[in-house]
Amino acid sequence: MNRPFRTALAALATSAAALTSASAQEVTIEYWQYFFEARVDAMEILIENFEAANPNINVEMTHFPYADYRTRTAVAVPAGEGPDSVQLFYGWLNDYIEAGLIQPLPTDTFSPAMVEAEFFPMVRAMERDGAYYALPTAVRSLALFYNQRLLDAAGVEVPTTLEELVAAAAATTERDGAGNITQVGLTTGMTAQDHHWFREVLIRQFGGEPYLDDYQTVNYDTDAGRAALGFYLGLEEAGVSQSGFMDEPQAAFRGNRAAFHIDGSFRIGALNDSRGLEWGVTELPAGADGTQSNYSSYWVNAITSSAEGPEYEASVLFMEYLTSPEAMQIWLDVVGELPARQSVGMTEENANDDVFGPFIRGLAYAQTTKFADESAQRQVLVDMIERVQLQDMDPGESLRMAAEAEQAILDGYYNN
Amino acid sequence: MASDPSASRTEARGSAYSRLSITQKRTLWAWGFLAVPIVFYVVIRFYPTGNAMVLSLQEWNLLGDRTWAGLDNYRTLFADPVFWQVFRNTFVYLLLGTPISLVISFIIAYHLDKVRFMHGTIRALYFVPFMTSAVAMAWVWRWFYQDVPIGLFNNWLATFGIAQIDFLDSTTNALPSILAPAIWAGLGFQVIIFMAGLRAIPRTFYEAAEIDGVSTWTVLWEITLPLLRPTIVFIVVLSSIGFLRIFDHVFNMTSANPGGPLNSTKPLVLMIYQTAFSSFDMGYAAAQTVVLFTILLIVSLIQLRLLRDR
Amino acid sequence: MSTADDLTIRATSDSLLKASAPPRKRNMAQYIRWVLLFGGGLLMVMPLAYMISTSMKWPWEVYNIGLIPEEPTLENYTYVLEDGRFFGWFINSLVIATITTLSALFFDSLVGYTLCKFKFRGRYIIFIAILSTLMIPTEMLVIPWYMMSQSLGWLDSYWGIMFPGLMTAFGVFLMKQFFETVPDDFLEAARIDGLNEFQIWWQVAMPMVRPALAALAIFIFLGNWTAFLWPLIVTTSPDLYTLPVGLSSFGDEADVAWELIMTGAAISTIPTLVFFLIFQRFIIRGVVMAGLKG
Repeated sequence: MNRPFRTALAALATSAAALTSASAQEVTIEYWQYFFEARVDAMEILIENFEAANPNINVEMTHFPYADYRTRTAVAVPAGEGPDSVQLFYGWLNDYIEAGLIQPLPTDTFSPAMVEAEFFPMVRAMERDGAYYALPTAVRSLALFYNQRLLDAAGVEVPTTLEELVAAAAATTERDGAGNITQVGLTTGMTAQDHHWFREVLIRQFGGEPYLDDYQTVNYDTDAGRAALGFYLGLEEAGVSQSGFMDEPQAAFRGNRAAFHIDGSFRIGALNDSRGLEWGVTELPAGADGTQSNYSSYWVNAITSSAEGPEYEASVLFMEYLTSPEAMQIWLDVVGELPARQSVGMTEENANDDVFGPFIRGLAYAQTTKFADESAQRQVLVDMIERVQLQDMDPGESLRMAAEAEQAILDGYYNN
Repeated sequence: MASDPSASRTEARGSAYSRLSITQKRTLWAWGFLAVPIVFYVVIRFYPTGNAMVLSLQEWNLLGDRTWAGLDNYRTLFADPVFWQVFRNTFVYLLLGTPISLVISFIIAYHLDKVRFMHGTIRALYFVPFMTSAVAMAWVWRWFYQDVPIGLFNNWLATFGIAQIDFLDSTTNALPSILAPAIWAGLGFQVIIFMAGLRAIPRTFYEAAEIDGVSTWTVLWEITLPLLRPTIVFIVVLSSIGFLRIFDHVFNMTSANPGGPLNSTKPLVLMIYQTAFSSFDMGYAAAQTVVLFTILLIVSLIQLRLLRDR
Repeated sequence: MSTADDLTIRATSDSLLKASAPPRKRNMAQYIRWVLLFGGGLLMVMPLAYMISTSMKWPWEVYNIGLIPEEPTLENYTYVLEDGRFFGWFINSLVIATITTLSALFFDSLVGYTLCKFKFRGRYIIFIAILSTLMIPTEMLVIPWYMMSQSLGWLDSYWGIMFPGLMTAFGVFLMKQFFETVPDDFLEAARIDGLNEFQIWWQVAMPMVRPALAALAIFIFLGNWTAFLWPLIVTTSPDLYTLPVGLSSFGDEADVAWELIMTGAAISTIPTLVFFLIFQRFIIRGVVMAGLKG
């Protein structure tokens, strides 16, 4: 090469280097999540690790009380006060996308093929039009908690099927002289996790499919739905449960007054705090024909549309780290939430852990409901049960009304 | 006087002002006093209220754009059976809550006024509930209402051999059950106001009545209550607004099943809150707010007119 | 007025009351009245007893509904109080509540007085307009307030938390009703003495409505002390949280630590209780004097 050309090349190289080193300048990105001591602690560890690996990036975390977290972010982000990266509940994804608040994750780093292969199946609900908009660090699922002491006292084994569960619950229900329940076999309450159990587990175990068209059409006003409802109501009728006993299902379980309790992995922390409670956990009981199903929910991390240029690049790197196996293991250890990647979940240690094992194994067959309005859709099922229990309505009729009401919610949402 | 130097100086100094009549001067002072407050209210209250009224004619989910919807929100609202249930609930809260708390708080204040021994302590006892956290109290009352063997009330009933009552799990009993702690919490407030009002009545009236040998009952009806009129008006209007706007107590006591069971306890403000912060349907929430505002305005105006001094 | 006069007034009233009735019946009635009132008072605070009891329970005992904990503990109190952030929240709430109370006392009584004692066109309309601000629930106002604060740079500041509460329609209404009881003659006399309108209000009218001011102070303070939704929305920095916002951190999506909530509630009640005990005396003293002057 002749001299001028080499000089030009050198100049080009230098300026190119200058450009890349400019993008390697100090960048600060902001991350929001809700306040929960363990989550904040975990996130601080993750931020520390990330900042060590990426010295030019500075992550600032802001957290808010859980109460009205959604309102807080919903009000701030469109006003331009929002962060670069935000944690949101998976159920809000549609709203955030529609409002243009978050941008899709780059498909080279987060290709759909990669996600499908490496993450648990229910994470697929975060995909839209060939790209993923958000990904979780950790997920939650349901399992069957049991009170070891009460089981031993009644001499029952840990059930694995619905039939066994009902029998075991019957054996562990106790009443006083006047016939009031003083100890309940299985806790029930549609206001808690039961509406997920009903939707994604029971209906499927009785041969149905709760929704069609990617959760846009209600499909439980069917024989399967009626059978599932019959089973659920039958629990109380058979006397092995009582909705509203000790106000909340988890209160009854923590107070040593319930033998069985279906709840999410987030309950583990509180149960660990309950001295005098000897508890164990097992996978949700299978249906009569062996069908297993579970419900998984999760909080996801996303990049907001206000992140651009260096902040965007930094946010992508941060997202990568947040969804890495290392981060997931840390989160599991500190927060007690299950890893979203199969490789991390299905390790010998994790998959067979006494406490986390049943939850993690449940992830393999878990579904995630795409809610349009979770509280309203939950209310539909709560009302459905109350109409039967408080107003003596025929269950089939109540189910039909519930299906109609929920379809109206979905229609109102998707047809706008 | 015109040649008096001091007079002309005074006139020159306060010329514009002193030429006004007394009434005009007073009116100027009045507006002067009201200037800053009016700006405050216009900016902080009226502007957002106007905003809400306009919003009621639009559709907005807080994150996207606002689109015009005309009277659609209102049409949907009036066709919604839940709204009419809520409307009814709200008025039941008013029609039960205001009279009951008015009477109870007056009785307490009246008798407390006549008590000397440990007066301050007793007064504090009645006022303390007003000062406590609504969330904490809702939880405690929920436990009171549970079934045997856990609920306090049902345990009491059981000791008397009375069958237990479903307080919160019943579409008929839930509303009064939630109204009770609301009245309980608000008693202290009304007792204090009544006491301030009672103490504002000059003792001379009572002394004269004693001398005339008038009975306690007559004193109450002919002297005390009429002189308490401004206080009673205040309490009735404020209490009515308070019960029509009831929210905290219902929300905290039915947090898992808001306004339940089956919407039997849901007041209008709770419906607004859910529409705005659960469903994020801001236009619809604004329409409900406008309806609430109209109800409150009409009820207050009626009360102010009826209770006005002849 | 001195305590001696105070006692004289009481003694005179008491003796007048005692003089005109058969002694035994009166004592009996007084006795029953006292017992009923005291008993009623105890019933009133029963839920608080449970609140305090729960605040002294370990988490696993929370759902045991007994009044006396099996294993009482002050652990919850140390946990909450040692939380480094608690003191900051407390101070924030204290400062904000105090400033808004002073502001509201000043402006509300000024406006109430004006609407009561000055006759001018538009006075009723203004009163109704101000009263009508009570009829919009705060929940609907927080969003416009947020937008306003954001464009004016008031977010995340003491001012941002305080501004909606600086004047209250409730206070205007209360003061207006109490100013009605102030005889116009006093004001006229002051006018003749050469005082200007502001001085008349401040020096003559205000002292005569002290009980109302005391009551108002208590209510405004309480309202601001317990305010939750707006302080939550307008602040981002945890060091600016007010006490209710900070305490809500003890609950999250899955679980609520009721023993901590009860502890927080118990602690929050103390300043308002102190405030109340200080101010409640004025409600009594002030007007007995005014009544005698009349």
